[in-house]
Amino acid sequence: MFRIAQKRILNDQVILMKIEAPYIAAKVDAGQFIIYRVDERGERVPLTVADSDKVNGTITIIFQTVGGSTQKLAALNEGDYILDVVGPLGVATEYEKDIKRVAVVGGGVGCAIAYPQSKKLHNMGVYVDLIAGFRSKDIVIIEDEMKEASDALHICTDDGSYGYHGFVTNKLQELIDGGAKYDEVIAIGPVPMMKFVCKVTEPYGIKTLVSLNPIMVDGTGMCGGCRVTVDGKIKYACVDGPDFDGHKVDFDELMRRNGTYRNQEKSHVCNLTGEVR
Amino acid sequence: MPNMSPNKTPVTEQDPKVRARNFKEVTLGYTPEQAMLEASRCLNCKNRPCTTGCPVGVKIPDFIAKVVEGRFEEAYAVIKSTNSLPAVTGRVCPQERQCESKCVRGVKGEPVAIGRLERFCADYVRENCSSASIEKPVLNGHKVAVVGAGPSGLTCAGDLAKLGYDVSVFEAFHTAGGVLMYGIPEFRLPKAIVSHEIDGLKELGVDIETNMVIGKVLSIDELLERGYEAIFVGSGAGLPRFMGIEGEGLVGVYSANEYLTRINLMKAYLDDYDTPIKRSRSVAVCGGGNVAMDAARSAMRLGAEHVYIIYRRSLDEMPARKEEVHHAMEEGIEFLVLNNPVKIDGDENGNVCGMTCIKMELGEPDESGRRSPVAVEGSEYELDVDTVIMAIGTSPNPLIRSTTPGLEANKRGCLVVDEESMRTSKDAVYAGGDAVTGAATVILAMGAGKKAAAHIDEYIKHKNN
Repeated sequence: MFRIAQKRILNDQVILMKIEAPYIAAKVDAGQFIIYRVDERGERVPLTVADSDKVNGTITIIFQTVGGSTQKLAALNEGDYILDVVGPLGVATEYEKDIKRVAVVGGGVGCAIAYPQSKKLHNMGVYVDLIAGFRSKDIVIIEDEMKEASDALHICTDDGSYGYHGFVTNKLQELIDGGAKYDEVIAIGPVPMMKFVCKVTEPYGIKTLVSLNPIMVDGTGMCGGCRVTVDGKIKYACVDGPDFDGHKVDFDELMRRNGTYRNQEKSHVCNLTGEVR
Repeated sequence: MPNMSPNKTPVTEQDPKVRARNFKEVTLGYTPEQAMLEASRCLNCKNRPCTTGCPVGVKIPDFIAKVVEGRFEEAYAVIKSTNSLPAVTGRVCPQERQCESKCVRGVKGEPVAIGRLERFCADYVRENCSSASIEKPVLNGHKVAVVGAGPSGLTCAGDLAKLGYDVSVFEAFHTAGGVLMYGIPEFRLPKAIVSHEIDGLKELGVDIETNMVIGKVLSIDELLERGYEAIFVGSGAGLPRFMGIEGEGLVGVYSANEYLTRINLMKAYLDDYDTPIKRSRSVAVCGGGNVAMDAARSAMRLGAEHVYIIYRRSLDEMPARKEEVHHAMEEGIEFLVLNNPVKIDGDENGNVCGMTCIKMELGEPDESGRRSPVAVEGSEYELDVDTVIMAIGTSPNPLIRSTTPGLEANKRGCLVVDEESMRTSKDAVYAGGDAVTGAATVILAMGAGKKAAAHIDEYIKHKNN
């Protein structure tokens, strides 16, 4: 059992939780993830770790309530317990050697995963442009943290209600056009966003790392559900990833496979609220 | 007087038509009368050939002699003295290739139903004997860690605990049992039975810590630093293999491990569990082992109209237990032997909508000793399926070998051990089960765990003298 030490509602769909998991907190590094199971009947759901506190033995997760499993998690409060948390899983992000400037690109709740990358690089003395995209102003999350963890924070909104009006890809293109020389770009967010960031960087030959979020069950290299095609070969996000060279990832296949259960999810009756979703 | 019937005493099974749509156990097991009748077929041979076929050395004629007399608890104690999971092995061992293949009664007629008798004893004691509290062994002051709570790890832990060791088992999943929980379906091995066996180990004093991925959260070296004097690695089978054919990235292609884990461990077949699974109309399962049979029969139980086993050799070469092949056939699984998938076809949305197969014929024996299949040119044809399950094997899990300096693995990724002692290339570290052999059987894994336990005991005693 894993106690929820803190819960913070970041916007009406995104929640931050600090969970007491001292073993994991002691080991986890940027880029790694955990798998949780809320209760006996719950799914095993992977979530990237947004932060960790070795002293207090807690890890931070930030998640969007999209389906039954995240709704169940969201319904828990400080002091409640999560049945299972396992990790740290996956390989911690490995950066290029001698990097001087990077663009870290986050989309929506993906900013929660982009943030620890930005923070780590920033602390390493790398110049970080953190480009964070949201649909509109009212769903912007962890702005203060992101500002602190970067040299320049570029918040973008699709509707122009805050910051730069446009997609993260537009902003990235502008920065490149303006002369920013990136040794590496790290993109974390919805699969289409990562795909289009890779399309922006490809002509310039800028190495672009993406953090993939395929369907997964065990997370330790047994079920094979998380396989993705990278450079024409099968790779497993749980043991080979979750980071991959974005220019070699078959994003279309990933998007299709991530939609495997979309129809079932649609007609699923929520055990929690009784709602059909 | 021995019972001279040439045939095994029949056992009651669920009607194939009924059981093909439920997850309840297929074989109902012997009654005490049936068990005694079958046990009396044993000739109690002096040279006991059956025992040479058992990887964990069950004293077979001894336990059967007790069954003849109706002394079932004592029979169970005989089995249990060398086999820590009798209810499991009685159900899932390939007896026809082990103990029963050596039985003298098999020369003329069928061998004694050793597997069914073993299962009977375990079930009888579980159901009828109030669990006399197990006497906890006296601790000897030495700590051993076991990585993986599957058949090899649990056996090793059980044997060491009986010798007085303080044993901690670290399991990556949220439930102990390994393949017994995530892989083998309920209709072949009820999970309550696995849990019961695990509870028995806990009563012995074995500590099981779930949600602990060794190689990530703690390394092997960190375990040694924490005072474990020896470590047994039974981390099991790893990454599933795929065929490398076109279309394996389509929606509706599963590895058997994923399909079975969703069903067995995550209970996706029950409506009140959250884990989803595809409800298929027509399913192709590629492979001919027990895992392929389990996946095919599970797909049938989830409501598929057609389930095909696609196997590139003939029925004779099929590695699955004979009983499972027989049960699968009875349940209506369609066997396309001497067939091989060439390509998986997808619709405009990327969903599986068919599979192209090719007919095969058998040529000369290959290095595995089996006749190698050769494609018959121009014999391709289309199979109408919406789901494809790959059950063609696994390669060992890379987590431990890649995070443990000094631990040698072969080019297939299997940990290298001295076969006598199960010792790895790293001091104080032993290994067994699928992590060493690649995908094999429950009983072989248990045999390895047993052997390792004996040598770990020797190693620790020697070290401290």
